[in-house]
Amino acid sequence: MIGIREKTILSISVFSFFFAAILIAGSLIKEDSLYVELSNIFAPPGGGHIFGTDWVGRDMLVRTVKGLSLSMKIGLLCSVASSLIAMVLGVAAPLLGGKVDIFISWLIDFVLSIPHTLAIILISIACGGGLQGIVIGVTATHWTSLTRVIRAEVMQIREAEYTKLSRRFGKGNLFIAKEHVLPHIIPQLVIGTVLIFPHAILHEASVTFLGFGLPAHEPAIGVILSESMKYLTSGKWWLAFFPGISLIAVSMMVNSIGKNIERLIDPKTAYR
Amino acid sequence: MRLNAENISFRYGEERYILKDVNFSVGSGEVVGLTAPSGFGKTTLGKILAGYQRPESGRVTIDGAEIKSKGYHPVQLIFQHPEKAVNPKWKMRKVLAETEMPSRELLEAMGIQNGWLDRWPSELSGGELQRFCVTRALSEKTKFLIADEMTTMLDAITQAQIWNTVLGYARLHKIGVVVISHDQPLLERICDRIVNLTACSG
Repeated sequence: MIGIREKTILSISVFSFFFAAILIAGSLIKEDSLYVELSNIFAPPGGGHIFGTDWVGRDMLVRTVKGLSLSMKIGLLCSVASSLIAMVLGVAAPLLGGKVDIFISWLIDFVLSIPHTLAIILISIACGGGLQGIVIGVTATHWTSLTRVIRAEVMQIREAEYTKLSRRFGKGNLFIAKEHVLPHIIPQLVIGTVLIFPHAILHEASVTFLGFGLPAHEPAIGVILSESMKYLTSGKWWLAFFPGISLIAVSMMVNSIGKNIERLIDPKTAYR
Repeated sequence: MRLNAENISFRYGEERYILKDVNFSVGSGEVVGLTAPSGFGKTTLGKILAGYQRPESGRVTIDGAEIKSKGYHPVQLIFQHPEKAVNPKWKMRKVLAETEMPSRELLEAMGIQNGWLDRWPSELSGGELQRFCVTRALSEKTKFLIADEMTTMLDAITQAQIWNTVLGYARLHKIGVVVISHDQPLLERICDRIVNLTACSG
């Protein structure tokens, strides 16, 4: 028998393994594995192609894995960048206080008040579209809730006696941020980064699907999905179904990793 | 050197004044007791002296000059609860080194065992932690020490050991000590004079 804690750790490891496997497999797929086979177009799932083939006979499983790994890399980049922003702003706001705190809180409310998808599209276009546009767009909209969490946490630490003592010992904001605050917020940062990831890839895919994200020649999931729309009415359901369900599976998987890490770290639930 | 509090008034929000035109002073090497019943502003006065709180009016000076708010504060306050005054994510060696690493003799005199330096705060008892907090405050830059119920949670023997060391150190380095306590016998035993806050404020 294994306990709940072991089960949680097992689930984190299995999902992380899958995550790494897709990422690596996708990166190893070269252009020539995506060969065109015009004698075998629109093959339904089964037999040699378990996800079927597309309108030029390319294997949908290979395309899906390739697309997922690209989306996941973008998602990773976006979530790490978002949590870096969240870390800097969330720590700076309470420590600098006054006008800085008011401004950062206002900025959080401002960004949160615009619908994400709309903001990403606008920022992405303004930044020249493509990979850089989508990364900046997703990053610029996903730091807010984590910043709030960290700001609240730092406010508590700021009021703690040991930080006040540290100031009386002549230590500045930078020392306090690095030595006193950072060790306390690392768990929040880790969980936050993991939990931003599913949002990031879903938003990237949806904006790309709408045609404002990655260009059509990139093998991203969003591109595959928007192409498949053309053939959906003629009954080629597998073109959209498998990539779509894989995307949702990946985001649910990462979400579960984040929730499980949180459960392990949080003392309230750690040994339950 | 002389630490002076001149006409200090303080109140929380718009409530009644807990400190009203309080004058208080302590000289280098002097040990002054500060006593009053609960709620008469002993701790608040201590916090004002150490720069943790701004008085509504009045000022705190050392030899007539106001204390700079940046840099090492020459008046150090030792809190009542050591477990809150130590970052739980720091090992004890780092806690001590935040001011300056104390000498081996001082550590020994305070009864700090060498093995404790590599422990986490949660692995020490309140009394053991308080020795660290006191030692940390005894740096060369400290000119005045405010001990707010510093040894209240300790047993008599440890109390005696800590006070012996602190008072010895204070005498040697000409540090002025303000002892805030309810413990009348303790005050009578160690203080040069005792100030009752009830008499100072209205």
